[in-house]
Amino acid sequence: MRNIFLVIKREYLVRVKKKSFVIMTILGPLLFAVFYAAVIWIAVGSVELKTVQVVDESHLFTNEFKNTESLKFTYLSAPIDSAKKGFQTSGANALVYIPKDVIKEPKSVRIYAAKNVSMELKSGIEDVIEKQIEEIKLSEAGITHKILEDSRVSVKSETISLSETGEKASSSGAATVIGGICAFLIYMSVFIYGTQVMRGITEEKTNRIVEVIISSVKPYQLMMGKIIGVALVGLTQFILWIFLTASLSSVATSFMSDKMAKEAKTVTEMQQGMPANGMPGGNVPNPVEEVMGALGSLNIPLILSCFLFYYLGGYLLYSALFGAVGAAVDNDADTQQFMLPITLPIIFSFVFAQFVLRDPDGSLAFWTSIIPFTSPIIMMVRIPFGVPAWELALSMVLLVLGFMGTIWLAARIYRVGILMYGKKVTYKELAKWIFYK
Amino acid sequence: MNIIEVQHVTKEYANHKALDDVSINIPKGCIFGLLGPNGAGKTSLIRIINQITGPDAGQILFDGQLLDQSHISRIGYLPEERGLYKKMKVGEQLLYLAQLKGLSQKEAMDKLKTWFVKFDIKTWWDKTVSDLSKGMQQKVQFVSTVLHEPDLIILDEPFSGFDPINANLIRDEILELKQKGSTIIFSTHRMETVEELCDNIALIHKSKKVLDGPKREIKQQYKTNTYFVEYRGELRMDDNLYALEGVRELEEGYQKASIHLLGGITPNQLLGDLVNQVEIRSFGENIPTMSDIFMKAVNEVPEG
Repeated sequence: MRNIFLVIKREYLVRVKKKSFVIMTILGPLLFAVFYAAVIWIAVGSVELKTVQVVDESHLFTNEFKNTESLKFTYLSAPIDSAKKGFQTSGANALVYIPKDVIKEPKSVRIYAAKNVSMELKSGIEDVIEKQIEEIKLSEAGITHKILEDSRVSVKSETISLSETGEKASSSGAATVIGGICAFLIYMSVFIYGTQVMRGITEEKTNRIVEVIISSVKPYQLMMGKIIGVALVGLTQFILWIFLTASLSSVATSFMSDKMAKEAKTVTEMQQGMPANGMPGGNVPNPVEEVMGALGSLNIPLILSCFLFYYLGGYLLYSALFGAVGAAVDNDADTQQFMLPITLPIIFSFVFAQFVLRDPDGSLAFWTSIIPFTSPIIMMVRIPFGVPAWELALSMVLLVLGFMGTIWLAARIYRVGILMYGKKVTYKELAKWIFYK
Repeated sequence: MNIIEVQHVTKEYANHKALDDVSINIPKGCIFGLLGPNGAGKTSLIRIINQITGPDAGQILFDGQLLDQSHISRIGYLPEERGLYKKMKVGEQLLYLAQLKGLSQKEAMDKLKTWFVKFDIKTWWDKTVSDLSKGMQQKVQFVSTVLHEPDLIILDEPFSGFDPINANLIRDEILELKQKGSTIIFSTHRMETVEELCDNIALIHKSKKVLDGPKREIKQQYKTNTYFVEYRGELRMDDNLYALEGVRELEEGYQKASIHLLGGITPNQLLGDLVNQVEIRSFGENIPTMSDIFMKAVNEVPEG
């Protein structure tokens, strides 16, 4: 036990003292904060003034298109043909043509633009026209504006999770974000730290120090010491990241709050300008605030402890396999042939995660979150949405059995592999090593 | 008293037998030469003694007890393929290796200080291993092998990679360690080293032990009752006393003959006969060198 502790200590200290560790620890949250700031910046900063020319032959839409911070509508009295000719030189971004008989033929509306117009602009314009035609048709049928207003009932639903602890508000938006982040972090860390274990083992082997070490330490202890040491490095990095990210993003948030207030105003204006959105104006929640608020509704302690469990479980499962590869080959270049079968399930689980995010209770989600090779990533996607306790327990038990299995397997390969030099190893040979006495 | 008793050890790998029913006793306090051509099974045996691998059959006694984990701290091992963590500092690395052998941090520190003074390498403590020359790394590794003052020191080709000055330094250290009571196993195929340092030897060839015992006894055993004489003049054969095995021309008219005595004839009788015939410059017994014995023993083993 003393020896395994010494090995863990060395593996941990050697890595933590490295410059690259320090740099990654500081750079990680910085990158995250920059990313976070950039997302908000883009969301806010895309408010770029676009000019839209309108040729309204029906004369039904005069002043119906409201200018907003990002859109400026100008009405042309010229016929469409000359407007089209003048469009190139006018500097406008789009030209909307509404023909005379638009009420009879609503599909005859055309939007001309030099480039493709955004979906947002297209649907905004369509909404205004639809709305106006609708109103005209309604008033022709004798329904006044007043009746219409009264008949419009706004229904807004809130998702409520039902559980033994009672009702609580949940937000599938926040769950999606958290699930995605957790899955990504586990995906990255399994790769990064798994390959670190592999490199470490190959390094010891090519340096030939391994023979000296295993004359004092059992191969199993050396392997486990390395795996645990690197796991602790990962945990240290996560804890520092969480801490640094939290402080950095609070700085970024306060810096951005002005911009965000402005953005909320723009959103409100847009919606007032285009009343077809169906919501009575004014009561528009800021989407960022909504996510932040919804975070509170998630079971953060459960998510954090599950994250730690699945990070460790997934890491142990895969790093053992990576370690076995490291022991089987002579140098980094030879690892390729054995890497593929190990990395495939990790990559697949990351791909599946995208589908599971959309359907967290489907059968794909169920099976992939139970099977140990995919469960560390998939289960973390599902947990923020809520998972039945028995599924979680089953998945955890299987993951523990899974990593115990891969560690056993790796140890069998390791003890033979580390002393084997100058031989191109095949799968057949690896299988033989497993069954050596 | 033997520090190591190898008893009927057999070790098989997938496609060949590395050791075939090998039994060797290694007496305490001697320098023991483990000899054999490349691939004979020396390294396999050393790994079994170091408990890096286990034997398929047979057993090993360490100081009279069945070899187990508790003996690890009493063994120091310098493998043929030297290796250290390249990016670790010399001091840290030696402390780590010493602690793995069961020393406390403080004990290790104290002992390291003595060695760093002795080898005059104090300035190396904070250097990274990769900054040292190959010879310097060897010195560091030698220190790591003997630091915990093991009862048994196993050195696989200890002099390879050392320049003559450092090789002498290491040789003196080995002799000093022997004085202090350690047993040293040399695995080597350098016969000069064996000739100079070893008290006992074992020769392994094709997975089998072909020869073992005290070096002097083995030399006696391999003596062929042959004498050499350097002389001037005409040597006439006396077929009743001896057989002339070969004559070689030396400088200034001298010749050197190798003479095999027939049974029951003493060297004195030979000398008496020679004195009457030729002018003798020197005379002596042909003692086989370790190299001769090695070649002979290896060649005697039937092929296959």
